Amino acid sequence: MSAIWQHRLAERGVDRRLWLLLPATIFVLLLFIYPFLYGLSLSFQPMQGGGVLANYDKFFSDAYQRDTIATTLKIALPAALLNVLAAVPIAFRLRGRFRGKRLLTTILVVPITLGTVLTAQGLLNYLGPTGWLNRVLLSLHIVDNPIRLTNNYWGVFFSLVITGFPFAFLLVLSYLSGIDPTLERAAATLGASRAQRFRRITLPLLAPGLATTFLLTFVLAFSVFPSAVLVGNPAGSTRVISLAAYQAAYEQYDYSYASAIAMVMGAVELVVVAIVLLWRSRLYTGSTGGKG
Amino acid sequence: MTGFDQLRLEGVSRRFGTADALSGLDLTIERGEFIALLGPSGCGKSTALNCLAGLLPLTAGAIWQDDQRIDTLPPEKRGFGMVFQNYALFPHLTVRDNIAFGLRMRHLPKDDVRRRTTEAIETVQLTEHASKLPGQLSGGQQQRVAIARATVLEPSLVLMDEPLSNLDAKLRLEMRTEIRRLHQSLGLTTVYVTHDQEEALSMADRLVVMRQGKVQQIGTPEEVHTKPSTWHVADFMGYRNLLPLKASQMNGDQVTVDLGGTAIRGSAQGAVAPGDDVIAAVRPEDVKLADQGVKGLIEVVEYQGRERAVEVVLDDDVRLHVRTERRVEAGEQVALTVTPGRLLVYPS
Ligand SMILES: Nc1ncnc2c1ncn2[C@@H]1O[C@H](COP(=O)(O)OP(=O)(O)OP(=O)(O)O)[C@@H](O)[C@H]1O
Ligand SMILES: [Mg+2]
Repeated sequence: MSAIWQHRLAERGVDRRLWLLLPATIFVLLLFIYPFLYGLSLSFQPMQGGGVLANYDKFFSDAYQRDTIATTLKIALPAALLNVLAAVPIAFRLRGRFRGKRLLTTILVVPITLGTVLTAQGLLNYLGPTGWLNRVLLSLHIVDNPIRLTNNYWGVFFSLVITGFPFAFLLVLSYLSGIDPTLERAAATLGASRAQRFRRITLPLLAPGLATTFLLTFVLAFSVFPSAVLVGNPAGSTRVISLAAYQAAYEQYDYSYASAIAMVMGAVELVVVAIVLLWRSRLYTGSTGGKG
Repeated sequence: MTGFDQLRLEGVSRRFGTADALSGLDLTIERGEFIALLGPSGCGKSTALNCLAGLLPLTAGAIWQDDQRIDTLPPEKRGFGMVFQNYALFPHLTVRDNIAFGLRMRHLPKDDVRRRTTEAIETVQLTEHASKLPGQLSGGQQQRVAIARATVLEPSLVLMDEPLSNLDAKLRLEMRTEIRRLHQSLGLTTVYVTHDQEEALSMADRLVVMRQGKVQQIGTPEEVHTKPSTWHVADFMGYRNLLPLKASQMNGDQVTVDLGGTAIRGSAQGAVAPGDDVIAAVRPEDVKLADQGVKGLIEVVEYQGRERAVEVVLDDDVRLHVRTERRVEAGEQVALTVTPGRLLVYPS
């Protein structure tokens, strides 16, 4: 390679070290791109014949199917938002060094290790119609009939918060500890109150991280499946889109239709991701520490 | 911000665990003064500054602004400006917004904010960089933003923590003058932390020399330069020759010590009695090569432009640092004299 050519590439940030990306690229191609393309092409070959878009037509013309998009968004968006919003103040409190921090962090992170099924089990025990919460409320005569918090929207929502929050918390905590604490102290010497410091300094520097965190928990929540069945109402209010795809594939054995639903699912996620990333790209995303 | 006539620090102390980072700092700062806190690394300079700014709570002592006690106020209520060692510029705000930050926090009218910010930007000569982000500036430019940001509020006190330590030698000299000029033209009161004695001497009205969390000496640059209160201060102020000797004779505050077999007179600093072990301090530039005097052998010669720094070993193995304009070479036999009155004798 001639030197001039190399310099020109270097200007654009390209150099020989990029070859190190090759294994990862192959891995992604094999495990992600290929199945995706396979599914995409499968979705255009409907089993019952008809045009190329017959599967998509079928999905969008059937209200029962179409509504799964809204149902899923209605669960996933608020759950992801709550996870991020709840993680911020807690991470903010925990970012300094203090006694017992490790223990507290561990307790907050444990739900990651539980898995959805165990979480669902626990939710039924605590919040179910004969669960502890209702028994306490009934015996204290606060309510006359058990309040329903499982096998409906709320059951799935709680389950998503329990499993999604630790992720959000860990991510936000690491983003927060990447912000130079002297920035806030500088703001204080310039007369900014605690609230102003948070709003003018910490939040703008944290926002790109919050966007990323939101996306990750959103994507996790959007593909919710086990808890929608176990603690939700899979026939009605929590008939999420992954459930529709599952039913197409393993109850009707229509892989082509299932692929189409999976593609729709991907497209909806992509739209949300694109919107959030677009917003994020308008924020400051550079270094958050001092120079030198 | 309303100014003050006097800021009194009374026994200001800060412990970290069992270690005293700062113990019993007593200091009165008059309005308009330029005070330098000087001392070796880890002596508690930053701690003192942070205590003043309100960024570190005191563990003992009090700070009085005229007759108001302020050491319990949070930093945002004290109204002191601070220039941080790493500048701490807000990376997501432009130069202009960084400088306007404090004015906006005070909810001043928009026009005022714009006018004062523009003036401050002009003062530090950053007009063409006003809409850049801090990450796009050089170290010296960032430092000027930090100074403008702290001074645009015309605070009653400006605290600077080694603001020049990241700059190259030439820029450092320029910025020194710049800071001193700003101090005078804006009528500021400044506390300036540095570990560079030359910087402190050239900029400050008064020096506070610290060591291991304690004040060693407070005085004008001249006092500290010519009459260091202890040999530690002398060591820090450029007295490279610190010689462990024995006092032989006393006459008033004149002490005679024995250097390489020759009796030399110095002035006693503190309680010294004949027969005591003492430390004699003298600057390299106050030891001269002469035709006769203390005999020694040149061991090392460093060329330093106009002068040469020479290390001489005396007959009794004492080493002396000397400066001379003479062309000398290692291995030469020489004689030395000490400029009268420049040898200071401290109890050891
Ligand atoms: N947060 C802290 N926890 C424990 N010890 C600390 C802390 N901050 C400072 N110290 C200790 O206090 C002493 C004084 O520190 P300080 O930062 O004031 O030094 P300094 O004079 O500013 O030094 P330098 O010139 O290197 O900046 C040091 O021994 C340091 O180890
Ligand atoms: Mg320091």
